[in-house]
Amino acid sequence: MPEKKEYKVIGTRPIRHDGVDKVTGRALYGADFHTAGLLHGRVLRSPHAHARILSIDTSRAEAYPGVKAIVTAKDLPDAADKVADLGEGAVHLKYLCDNILASDKALYKGHAIAAVAATNAHIAEEACALIDVAYEVLPPVLEVRQAMEPAAPLLHETLKTGSLGETAEEPSNVASHLQHKKGDIEAGFAEADVIIEREFVTGTVHQGYIEPHNATALYNPDGQLTVWCSTQGAFTVREQLTEILQYPISKIKVVPMEIGGGFGGKINVYVEPVAALLAKKTGKPVKVLMNRADVFEGTGPTPASFIRVKMGATKDGKLTAAQTHLAFEAGAYPGSPVGAGAMCIFAPYDIANVLIDGYDVVVNKPKSAPYRAPGATNAAFGSETVIDELAKELNIDALEFRIMNGAKEGVKRADGPVFPRIGFIESVEAAKQHPHYTSPNGKKHHGRGVASGFWFNIGLASSVSISVNPDGTINLVEGSTDIGGTRASIAMQAAEVLGIPAESVNPSVVDTNSVGYTAVTGGSRTTFATGYAAYEAAQDVKRQLIARAAKLWEVDEEDVQFADGEFSCINGKEAQLSFHDLSARLGETGGPVVGSAAVNPPGAGGAFATHIVDLEVDEDTGKVQILRYTATQDAGKAIHPSYVEGQIQGGVVQGIGWALNEEYIYNAEGTMTNASFLDYRIPTCLDLPMIDTVIVEVPNPGHPYGVRGVGEVPIVPPPAAIANAIYDAIGIRMTELPMSPDRMLKAMGKI
Amino acid sequence: MQAFEYVAAQTVPEAVAVLKEKGQQARVLAGGTDLIVQVREAKRDVDWMVDIKAIPEVNVLTHDSQNGLRLGAAVPCYQIYGTESICESFPALVDATKIIGGTAIQGRACVGGNLCNASPAADCIPPLIVLNAICVIAGPGGEKELPVGAFCTGPGQTALERGEMLVALKIPQPSSHSSSYYLRFIPRNEMDIAVVGAGAAVTLDAAQETIVSARIALAAVAPTPLFAEEASALLAGREISDAAIDEAAAAAQAIARPISDMRGTAEQRTHLVGVLTRRALKGAIQRVLDA
Amino acid sequence: MARKTHVQTQINGDSVEFLCEARQSLLEVLRDELQLTGAKEGCNNGNCGACSVILDGRLVNSCLVLGVETGGKVVETVEGLAAPDRLHPIQDAFLENAALQCGICTPGFLMSAKALLDNNPNPTEPEVRYWLAGNLCRCTGYDKIVRAVLDAAAAM
Repeated sequence: MPEKKEYKVIGTRPIRHDGVDKVTGRALYGADFHTAGLLHGRVLRSPHAHARILSIDTSRAEAYPGVKAIVTAKDLPDAADKVADLGEGAVHLKYLCDNILASDKALYKGHAIAAVAATNAHIAEEACALIDVAYEVLPPVLEVRQAMEPAAPLLHETLKTGSLGETAEEPSNVASHLQHKKGDIEAGFAEADVIIEREFVTGTVHQGYIEPHNATALYNPDGQLTVWCSTQGAFTVREQLTEILQYPISKIKVVPMEIGGGFGGKINVYVEPVAALLAKKTGKPVKVLMNRADVFEGTGPTPASFIRVKMGATKDGKLTAAQTHLAFEAGAYPGSPVGAGAMCIFAPYDIANVLIDGYDVVVNKPKSAPYRAPGATNAAFGSETVIDELAKELNIDALEFRIMNGAKEGVKRADGPVFPRIGFIESVEAAKQHPHYTSPNGKKHHGRGVASGFWFNIGLASSVSISVNPDGTINLVEGSTDIGGTRASIAMQAAEVLGIPAESVNPSVVDTNSVGYTAVTGGSRTTFATGYAAYEAAQDVKRQLIARAAKLWEVDEEDVQFADGEFSCINGKEAQLSFHDLSARLGETGGPVVGSAAVNPPGAGGAFATHIVDLEVDEDTGKVQILRYTATQDAGKAIHPSYVEGQIQGGVVQGIGWALNEEYIYNAEGTMTNASFLDYRIPTCLDLPMIDTVIVEVPNPGHPYGVRGVGEVPIVPPPAAIANAIYDAIGIRMTELPMSPDRMLKAMGKI
Repeated sequence: MQAFEYVAAQTVPEAVAVLKEKGQQARVLAGGTDLIVQVREAKRDVDWMVDIKAIPEVNVLTHDSQNGLRLGAAVPCYQIYGTESICESFPALVDATKIIGGTAIQGRACVGGNLCNASPAADCIPPLIVLNAICVIAGPGGEKELPVGAFCTGPGQTALERGEMLVALKIPQPSSHSSSYYLRFIPRNEMDIAVVGAGAAVTLDAAQETIVSARIALAAVAPTPLFAEEASALLAGREISDAAIDEAAAAAQAIARPISDMRGTAEQRTHLVGVLTRRALKGAIQRVLDA
Repeated sequence: MARKTHVQTQINGDSVEFLCEARQSLLEVLRDELQLTGAKEGCNNGNCGACSVILDGRLVNSCLVLGVETGGKVVETVEGLAAPDRLHPIQDAFLENAALQCGICTPGFLMSAKALLDNNPNPTEPEVRYWLAGNLCRCTGYDKIVRAVLDAAAAM
């Protein structure tokens, strides 16, 4: 159980340790890496959304002055029928490799076909234009329902639907079908006095990190491969490289540079293996950078989806049944987040009868990648809209309705797990009492909406080592790349254990040769799991220092107590030493002290959020303006409240973008027509008000300080909250994302 | 990005000489905010960039009530909205220069470049049309003038002939009881290209009850920005009223022939022409009343 | 290899010479030729602001300026913002307000904010939001950035 006490460091707001580097332009991101003799790589991408590759002729490009090497899928090891183990489930190696460089078919516009290394990036780009690729263009499949039709063109001739343990006979674009069942769905609907059933469509959206993907690779003549890149997980890059290149893991070192945003999109590798192939061929370091169009067209968006939600409640407001059909676009290869969406969709509610069906469907779009609570936002757009409609129908306050039906400790989710202590009800209560919710909302065309969201969070492995410096500070070595202030939130947990200020910790994020295995910065796990490792490593340091004090004082270790940064003797002997003073005496008591820990904590603890939004609809233009926004969220325990607030605010704004304007717009040939930050419209600061946050703290029993992951769940409620507010403003239910001005005008009957 | 040569012309004849010699393969570089992107993204094939920013004539910015405004082709947006007398006399142009791109774009982008880029969605062109701007063009045969309405001939196409360049824009001083207004519709509040843009200039009678004359122009609803001639004409002599404004808006809608693309659908654009024409007219009228 | 031009300019107070091709942007020159990697490439077409620098006193996107255009001009980048012994008040305000998460957009925001405060020392919140609209941030939701700029204005 979490320690219940006053904290000295936790809950304060120190300056982040990497802050000065990042405000002076000195922090080195992947694209900033430079080394002598560097070559520049560029990837040639498919102009077609669906095409068979008949031939690739690189001879003209090879002859171009300045070109040093060209690679295609032929340079990758033979992947046929092999299964890759990436630690989190088996993947067909062919799918993995084909997404790096297409072998037989181009499956989306932007699919990597070949790559050039040259003496500068302009030459590499010019040489790409000299590679002659013959394609047999095939009809593209661009929408999930269309892809599920039996007559739809097939992306993979050998893909057969896996459904509840069975494999279908005939090939299909439906890669898999999953199901979660609880209770008796028919009986549940029979009990209901009110049943609402609606269909929802969500668009393809991108994580939209500002930093494009990048990688620099170098092969030494002894076979050592080093890759410098911006990634959410150096170790997962190493694992993917070892599988894709079929190269020994011990001969690969991945150096995580600073990372300019990821949100789930920088877990899969793209240019890393390409840089490695080019480096091997040239014997030189090769840097491969994506441009913004490459990022949109060649890296993981989060899927478009078609969702049907049916929910029933009694007239006194008890939810009796919930059913959903979730069909998610995986992109070119199987692996959409439909499973996570299925886990989250009804999780905030205690419903006796639930039936969830999920479908993972391939389409001619980039292979989807995780995006902040992957799958949960799509799902919640459906379920939280229907919840709102039920509450309106039953004439019950929308937040009160959530409290009446909210999940608590002991409630079993439809997908199996039983909740430990969670803070859903508390997050809703916080919203209900907030001055925003109690303020009047009456202006014409102004609306207020609410919605809740759930994300389960993950644990996974993390390693930390701590060495004690003679001046009472510590060096903390970790493997979690810091995307949003985790050096600080991890360091603070070690500092709390050792009774030292956060500023006395020097945290370093290091390469895969320099720290124990650490899983990705993702799944809202870093402050939880790597923080847990820091806590345990600090406990190790503490134990060792107690032994040193005992040695100095010639007493038993049991007679030494450590509290508030002071070691003291408790057997009657008058002896006291601060952490600082004892640190100075390590030489005379046996030498350096290094503590370490490797953890894989199981109790990640789910996160819940409830949001309130006020907005205005311009009925003439269909434009929605967000006027006020408040987000409440159970953080378990906020280690560094500023960065918890920041996670909430950032997630909310991504959710607002998803709700109002963001989408991949395709033409009939399957080309994305808005692959730029000009026309893929992420919110600017002029589109937004301040985002108010309320941090609720219901400690997670699975973490020593009660931490719950906070990063992902804030993106889940916004689309539904905004749709509910639009209904409040103009009386129209929007069921398609984004709720862009043209869709609003159509819904209002203006066009 | 393709390789190209860069020439920093010091005089108009020097620039004209290069443009004449290189023809289609040469392009004038002013703010560069469109041109550099187009070449980088292989949307325009250019072997010579002729930087005109060192030429004195293209940097002129003079305004007086006798001669009106003379605006050098390379004067960046920020200088326009930073000049008080221009804000007073040519508010529609100021509206446009304030919403093109963001602050950093406005530090480089210029009205002349916006015109020469000849995008159907260019924000500066409807204000130039409603303000009766005249293009001053230099070429191998000397200088000539062209009304701005005749300048754009298609998307990215202008009336400039081989060797010609835009030197300046001349805008007459509006008569008293006049004002102008430009607005566009975009999904965000900044940084987008106009889904539809509408500019209006009005002159009222001394009693400020009747519209003496009006000019309406539209962006992003046809291959070039459009002067809405009929819509403008039907307002002349009309009392200020919602009915008159609605009639003008309907007439403006009638000439719109928009396409559907990633920025908006044809139906949405036609609808917005009505909305924005009304708002532009009301905005311009209000400015006269507030003056 | 395309022809290179010799350019002399002033960057962060120092006279700097470099060779560049006409097609190389100021951003490429700063990053690839001069190792001033503080300015970032986020979009390379003027829509994200991560490459913002100040050129002859005006905020510009360095991806939309050619290196050869900068001869005789004065360039300010994020590397020149701090004094040798202390951060600029805008930098301090960003740290105090936790106005950065991943930090990739931060150099652009800092230069944009500096240009704003040079131009308008006491901006309102709407003025800050209008001025910074050309700088995209995907992590923070802008709340803490806007507060940081307002705080910096108050502190300066």
